[in-house]
Amino acid sequence: MNEPLPLTPLQQAIVSTLQVLLIFAANLGLFTAITYVERRLLAFMQFRLGPNRTGPFGLLQPVADGIKLFFKEELMPESATRWLFFLAPALSVASAFLALAVVPYGAPVVLPRWGLLPAWLQGRSFPLQIADLDVGLLYIFAITALGVYGIVMAGWASNNKYTLLGGLRSSAQMFSYELALGLSWVGVIMLAGSFRIQDIVASQQGFSWGLPNWNVFRQFPAFVIYLIAATAECARIPFDLPEGEAELVAGFHTEYSSMKFAMFQMGEYINLITVSALASNLFFGGWLSPIAFVPASFFWFLFKVLAFLFFFIWLRGTLPRFRYDQLMQFGWKLLVPAAAIWILATAGFLAFGPAARVAVLD
Amino acid sequence: MDAAGVALFYAFGALALVSALAMVLQRNPTYSAFALVLVMCSLSVIFGLLGSPFIAALQIIVYAGAVMVLFLFVLMLLNVQREVPARAAGGRLRLVAAALVTALVAEVGSVFWRAGLGPAAAGYEASTAKMAALLFSYRYLYAFEATSVLILAALVGAVVLARRSAQ
Repeated sequence: MNEPLPLTPLQQAIVSTLQVLLIFAANLGLFTAITYVERRLLAFMQFRLGPNRTGPFGLLQPVADGIKLFFKEELMPESATRWLFFLAPALSVASAFLALAVVPYGAPVVLPRWGLLPAWLQGRSFPLQIADLDVGLLYIFAITALGVYGIVMAGWASNNKYTLLGGLRSSAQMFSYELALGLSWVGVIMLAGSFRIQDIVASQQGFSWGLPNWNVFRQFPAFVIYLIAATAECARIPFDLPEGEAELVAGFHTEYSSMKFAMFQMGEYINLITVSALASNLFFGGWLSPIAFVPASFFWFLFKVLAFLFFFIWLRGTLPRFRYDQLMQFGWKLLVPAAAIWILATAGFLAFGPAARVAVLD
Repeated sequence: MDAAGVALFYAFGALALVSALAMVLQRNPTYSAFALVLVMCSLSVIFGLLGSPFIAALQIIVYAGAVMVLFLFVLMLLNVQREVPARAAGGRLRLVAAALVTALVAEVGSVFWRAGLGPAAAGYEASTAKMAALLFSYRYLYAFEATSVLILAALVGAVVLARRSAQ
């Protein structure tokens, strides 16, 4: 088999566009599905039926919701700062989608040698990922940091005390838990020796004592910290104080209606998908198979992501909300120190443990 | 860099300059803060184009993600509406300002003169791991750790000052 020729710029552009569109559309589809599944599952957990009238089993509910949101009147407070008010939802949804660009969804796909495909595509392999960055995890960290601005802007530009308080709460919460989130990755990064998510997945290959070499077994405390911090980053229950409806109406998006409101919602759910995909990739071996004789595949990855999404919905159906001071105490006094101690433990194990490697410095 | 890279470099360089100007000239402090965030983001893109994705990511994480969020937080908490314009400075202050600007221009000019305006550091490919190894090597480790101790000292000092004034 001879090596395929390098792509021309035009061919590269076509491939990249298709890649981006495919991944974008798949995530939009998943987002639509979650809105329905979440409402149904929550209803079942609360002994209700949930939306079941639109289409069979209420399956067309997301479509109906979308149409409704499109045709709702758009309101803007008279005293709002116009351009920031417009920019905020766009920034929030854009940063959510940007973070997805470096998430790998599976092993590279090798296209078959069908007659229908153009000759230059046959037998070529493509990664299921938009951009394979050397600093993948740092990139995600940077983009989530920018996502905070959408919320802060919305809260400030609406010129309303509830939105301002909601924005302040959000930024304080995301800022505090981002720290724990980043620290929980460090152990995983040290084990893999790389920021590249592909490398991190590759480092979890193989089995020992009948269990796969996944980081959830090797880095269990880090996984727990990640899960808690990620829930807080997405402002999901029990960390949904930014929109605590009892005291803040709806938090930072109180003044938003119609599609702008929908964009905030979309950003939140896309963030949830990113967080679930990262949990699968960093701690559950991504697309690797948990059974030795079953090959790795995209479907394993999908299954893991869906399981995490279910877990987040389950949390929402189960837990009450934190109080604000509890939230801050928990984040700064428990989660961050615990993450730091775990990093020390991992570093000690790597330096002095059975598999100690001598670091090669210049 | 290819042609598209060069175009992006100039576009984001211009964006950085314009937003830096906006930051200084803007009267509303919140707008200034948002403009500064834009400066950080454009600088990050420039670092990325120059083949240093690690610095690009850090630029956003540290400045846009941490420092500026805290700035905005304080601005929003204090609810600062508009900067009160200071009274026109006296003639002596203007002279000092002019001298400082001349010094700055001379300094920047001398740097450009020595470096030249050619394709300077092009082709320098650094992987993140290599960069981290360099940073933690014996050459830079001492300076690196000393800086972090300095920052820690500043932090402790700030906490002490804040506590004393609260009592």
